[in-house]
Amino acid sequence: MQIYLPIAEISVNALLLLALGGGVGVLSGLFGVGGGFLLTPLLIFIGIPPAVAVASQANQIVASSLSGALAYWRRRAVDVKMGLVLLAGGVVGSFFGVRLFALASAFGQVELMVSLCYVVFLGAVGGLMMVESVRTLRAARRPGGAPKKHGHGWALKLPLKMRFRESKLYISAIPPLLIGLAVGVLAAVMGVGGGFIMIPAMIYILGMPTSVVIGTSLFQITLLAGFTTLLHAVETQSVDVVLAVLLIVGGVFGAQFGAMLGARLRGEQLRFLLAALVLLVCAKLAVDLVSTPGELYSLAAPT
Amino acid sequence: MTARALIAATLLLLAAAGRAPAERVVADVSQNRIAITAGFDGSELFVYGAVARIAPPLEGRMGVVVRIAGPSTPVLVRRKSRVLGVWANTSSELVDAAPSYYAVAATGPIDETISHTENLRHRVSLRHALRLVDAASTGDEREAFLDAVTRLRESSGLYVIAPGGVAVTGDVLFRASFQLPANIVEGAYRVTVLLTRDRRVIDVFETEIDVAKAGIERLLYDASRQQPLVYGIIAIAIAMAAGLAASETFRWLRR
Repeated sequence: MQIYLPIAEISVNALLLLALGGGVGVLSGLFGVGGGFLLTPLLIFIGIPPAVAVASQANQIVASSLSGALAYWRRRAVDVKMGLVLLAGGVVGSFFGVRLFALASAFGQVELMVSLCYVVFLGAVGGLMMVESVRTLRAARRPGGAPKKHGHGWALKLPLKMRFRESKLYISAIPPLLIGLAVGVLAAVMGVGGGFIMIPAMIYILGMPTSVVIGTSLFQITLLAGFTTLLHAVETQSVDVVLAVLLIVGGVFGAQFGAMLGARLRGEQLRFLLAALVLLVCAKLAVDLVSTPGELYSLAAPT
Repeated sequence: MTARALIAATLLLLAAAGRAPAERVVADVSQNRIAITAGFDGSELFVYGAVARIAPPLEGRMGVVVRIAGPSTPVLVRRKSRVLGVWANTSSELVDAAPSYYAVAATGPIDETISHTENLRHRVSLRHALRLVDAASTGDEREAFLDAVTRLRESSGLYVIAPGGVAVTGDVLFRASFQLPANIVEGAYRVTVLLTRDRRVIDVFETEIDVAKAGIERLLYDASRQQPLVYGIIAIAIAMAAGLAASETFRWLRR
C-alpha cells in the first residue's frame, strides 16, 4: 500500500512505516527512550531526506513519549521539577545544536558529524550500561549482594540547591541544567529525543532512583520534542505530517505493548537489553564509517 | 489565365513547399496534467503520434526521437574519500543546471537515429542538458562529477535512455511509453518529438505536461510553506491527541 508523503516528496509503503513506528514504539515503552536513535537511520535508509526524517520524527516522539509519560504519571513516577530543570537546559542546548547542524551542513559534513556522534555516544553509553548491568546481574545472583549506590558528593558542593521530592534528592540545579544542555545539543544534532543519554546520566551522574528516571525522561522528552517540532516546522519546514501520523499510529500501540512487557522484566535485564541494542546500532554505524562505500558520490540541493 | 500567372502560381507553390517540410510530425501525450495525490506511485505516460505527408514518403531512413525533460535545478555533487580512516565528503562541484527528470527514447540507437550535429543543436543527449559553467574541477575530475549526476539519477529511475523505445507502425504511426517514478518533482515537463530522415531532423513537435500536487497533498504542502507556525502547532496537537487517546484506550482495555 503505497502512500505519497507531501513534504518528503516520495512515495513509500504505508505498512512499512506503521511497522517501523510500532517497533520503535515497543522500545519506547520498554526502555523509556524515544527510539529516535534507531528510527532516524532507518528512515534515511528507506529514502526519506535526512532533514524530513529528523523533523517528522520529533513530531512522532511527542505522541509516543506523551503516551508513555502518562502511564508513569498515574504511577506518580514523574519528577516534574527535575523534568522542567532538564528541559530548561535542553531548550538552550537545542538552539546551539541547530546552529551546529547548519554549520556542518554548509560544509557538507552533516552525515559524518551525525555518524561520528552516534558511534561515540552510543558506544560510550552502551558500553557503560553493558558493564553496569552485567555487574548488577552478577551481584544480584549472589546472596546479600545488593547493588551499590552511586555517590554524588561533588553535586552537594555547588550553589543553587533545589529539593527534588520525587527523586529524594537535595542537589544543586547546575548539574541537571548542564546535562539538559548537553543532551539538547546532541538531540538536535543527532535528530533524537536523547533519552538514551539522559537516562544513564540521571542514574549515574545525578543519582536519581531508577523508579522515577524513565517517567521523568519521557516527560522531559515530550516537551522538548514538541519544541523541536515547532522549531523545525518554522525554520526548516521539513515536518511531514503524513509521515509523522503513520509513525504515530504504529508508535502509540507499540509503546503500550512495550510498557506492558516492561512491567514483567527486571530493571537490570532491561538495561542489559537496551545496552545490547545500542551497541549493535553503534557497531553497524562504525563499520559503515570505515568500510569503502559502493558509491563515492552523492547529490544534494545547494544551500 | 495567362502563362505568366501560371508560372507565378507554380513558383508560389514551390516556395510554400520549401518552407513547409514534406513530412510533418503530429503528436500528443496520454495526459497533459499529472496530479500527485495521496496514492501517487509514479505514472505511466504515453507519447503517440503520426507522420503527416502531403506527398509520397521522403527518401532515407525515418527515425523518431522523443524526449521528456523535467524542470532543471542546480545540484551539488559531493565526493567522498578516506580521511584518517573514515570516509568523509572531501570535494564537491556545483552543477548549474541538471534536469530533475530526463528521458530519451528513439526508434533505434540514438546516434543511428540522429546525427551528432543535430543532437547538439536540439540538445538531445543527456550530457547536453547538464550545464556546468564555473567548474572548480577540470578534465577527468569534472567529467567524473557529471557522470555521477547521470549515474545516480539513472539508478533512481529519473534519467532514462531508451534506444528502440519508440515503436513505429507502417511508417506513419509511432508510440513510446515512459515510466515516471514516484519521486518526480512538480513543474512543467517539456515533451519534444523529433522526426528524422537519414539522421537529419525534418520536423519538431513540442508540448508540455504539468506535474502538480493535488488534493490533500497540495493542501498540506501549501500549509507547511505559507502557515508554518499553524502547521507546526496542528502537527503537535495531532501527536498529543494520538498519545492521549492511545493511553486512555489501553487503560480502558486493561480494566
